[in-house]
Amino acid sequence: MGRYILKRLIWMIPVVLGVTILVFSIMYLIPGDPAKMMLSPEATPEEIAAKREELGLNEPYLVRLGKFLGGIVFRFDFGDSWVYNQPVTKELLNRFPRTLTIAVICIGLQIIIGIPLGIIAAVNQNGLGDRISMFIALFGISLPNFWIALMLILFFSVKLGWLPPFGIDGFKYYILPCIANAFPGIATQARQTRSSMLEVIRSDYITTARAKGMSELQILLKHALPNALLPVITIIGNGMGMLLAGTVVIESIFSIPGIGMYLVGGINSRDYNIVQSSVIFLALAFTFIMLLVDLAYAFIDPRIKAQFARKHKRGHHA
Amino acid sequence: MHNSSAITAITQKNKKQSQFAVVLRRLSKNPSAIIGLIVVCLLVIMAIFAPLIAPYPYDKQNLLNTRKPPSAEHIMGTDELGRDIFSRIVYGSRYSLSIGFLAVLFSNIIGMTLGALAGYFGGLVDDIIMRLIDIIQSIPGILLAIAISVVLGPGFINTLIALGFGAITMACRLMRASVLGIRHQEFLEAAISNNASTFRIITKHVIPNSFAPVLVGATMSIGNVIMSAAMLSFIGLGIQPPTPEWGAMISGGRALIRSCPWMVTFPGIFIMLTVLAFNMLGDGLRDALDPKLKK
Repeated sequence: MGRYILKRLIWMIPVVLGVTILVFSIMYLIPGDPAKMMLSPEATPEEIAAKREELGLNEPYLVRLGKFLGGIVFRFDFGDSWVYNQPVTKELLNRFPRTLTIAVICIGLQIIIGIPLGIIAAVNQNGLGDRISMFIALFGISLPNFWIALMLILFFSVKLGWLPPFGIDGFKYYILPCIANAFPGIATQARQTRSSMLEVIRSDYITTARAKGMSELQILLKHALPNALLPVITIIGNGMGMLLAGTVVIESIFSIPGIGMYLVGGINSRDYNIVQSSVIFLALAFTFIMLLVDLAYAFIDPRIKAQFARKHKRGHHA
Repeated sequence: MHNSSAITAITQKNKKQSQFAVVLRRLSKNPSAIIGLIVVCLLVIMAIFAPLIAPYPYDKQNLLNTRKPPSAEHIMGTDELGRDIFSRIVYGSRYSLSIGFLAVLFSNIIGMTLGALAGYFGGLVDDIIMRLIDIIQSIPGILLAIAISVVLGPGFINTLIALGFGAITMACRLMRASVLGIRHQEFLEAAISNNASTFRIITKHVIPNSFAPVLVGATMSIGNVIMSAAMLSFIGLGIQPPTPEWGAMISGGRALIRSCPWMVTFPGIFIMLTVLAFNMLGDGLRDALDPKLKK
C-alpha cells in the first residue's frame, strides 16, 4: 500500500514538469512582442529594448523555460502579468476558491442526480426507466454549457426574475452557473454508472446471492452498488477536469471573478502570461485532484491493496 | 498458387462484407441510431447544398429590417445587421461539420498510429508514448485548445489544429488497448512467421482488426469537437465573425439576449441537435459493434 502511494506521488513530478513545459512551449511560439504591449504605444525603440532586457525576453528559450519552471516549482510564483504588472500568483490564489466552489457544487449535483439515474436505468434495463434516464443523459452530454447558461438566464432571470443573472454576492448567485455547468457531468455520470452496474449485475456473485434467496433490494445495496461504484469514483475525478475547464465559459457569462474569467480577460487583453499561468494552474489543480482520487481508490478497492501486498510478500521471500 | 490466393481473396471479401452487413443490420434495428444517422445525413446535405437551401445570402445586410423576431419571411428572425439567421445557420453547418470531421480524421490518423506503435512494440516505446499522452491528458481538453488557438490566432485551419491536438490522446488510448487485445492472437503470429514486415503487419493486420472501438470513439468525438469549436468561437477564439459560425453567432447575440433571444436560441438548438445526432449514432455503433454490452 505504501509503495503504491509512493509510486503515485513520484509520478506527480514528471506530470507537473511535463504540463508546465508543454504549456510554456506552446505559448512561447506566440507572435508579437510582450514588451511592446506592456508599454504605451508611443514608447521609443530604446525603451522597448530596455523592457525586453528587464523581462528577460532576450534570453534563449531554455533559460526562460528554466526560470519560469523554477519560479513555479520552488516559489510557486507564476511571474507578473504583462499588462497590469501585477503578480499573477496572488490573483490566481484569490480567485481559485470561487472556481473551486462552483466545481465542488457541480460534483455534488453530479453524484446526487447522476448516480441514481444510472442505477434506475441499470435496474430497469431496456425498460421505461432505462429509456427515459438514458435519453435525459444523452441530451445532457449534447448541450453546450455556454448556451444552456444563456437560456437559463433568459428564462430564470429575464422572464421570471427569480435569480440574478450575474455577480457573486451569495448563495442565490451560484444556482444558475452551477446548473449550467453540471449538465454534462450529470449525464456522463449516469451513463457510466449504468454500464458499470450492468457489468456487476451479470457477475457470478450476484447470481450466487440470488440463489441464496437474498431479496433484490439487499442484493442491490450489499453487493451490486459497492462494486459498481468503484469505477464511478474515477469518473468523478475526470469530471473535475471537465468542470474546472467548463468554468472558463461559465464564469465569463455570469461575471464571476474566478480563474476562468481571469483567463478569458487575459485572452482579450492579450496578456499571455495570465493565459499561460491560468491554464497551468487549472491543469495542476486537476492533476492534484486526480492524485487524491487515485489514493482514495486504493484505500477503497481491496484489489489494489491485495495486488501490492502480494508483491510485497513475494519480495520478502526472495 | 494464383488460384489459391484468388480464392482466399474472395472468401476474405465475402467475410468482410458479411461482417459489415451484420453490423449494419444491428444498427438498423436501433431506432435511436437511425434517427442520429438521418439527422447527420440531413445536416451534411444542408451543408453541401447551403446556397440552394438558404433563402438569403448569409452576409446580406438589410439595415431597415434589423433585430426582427421570427416571421414568415425570416423564419428564425434577423440579427443586428438585418441578416437572415436561418440562412446564416445553414451556411454555419459547413464550418461546424467540416471542423468536426477533419479534426477527428487527422487526430485519429496520428492517434491510431501512435497507439498501434505503443501497443505493438510495448516496452520503452509504449512507455514513452503513453507517458506523453498522460501528460497531455492532464490538461483539460478545452484549456489545451484555448492555449493553442491563442498562439495560432483565429481561422479555420488553426481551429482545426487546436481541437485536433487534444483529440489525439483518446484515439491513441483506444487503439493501444485494442492492439493489446489482439497482440497474441494466432493470425498475428502467422503473419510474423510468414516474415511479413512490421509496417505490413501493422497496416494490414493490426489496424483493421482493432478498428471498431476507434470508430466508435471517433463518432463520439466529432460531437465533442463541434461543441468545443463553438465554445472557442464563443469566447473570441477560433472562427470569428462575420463568418456565420454557430458559436460566434451565439456570442454576437449574447449582448442582445433580453430584446432578441432568437439570435441566441436558434444557433444553440442547431449545435445541440448536431452533437446529439453524432452521440446517438456513436452509441448505436458501439452497441452494434459490441453486442456483448447490449445483452
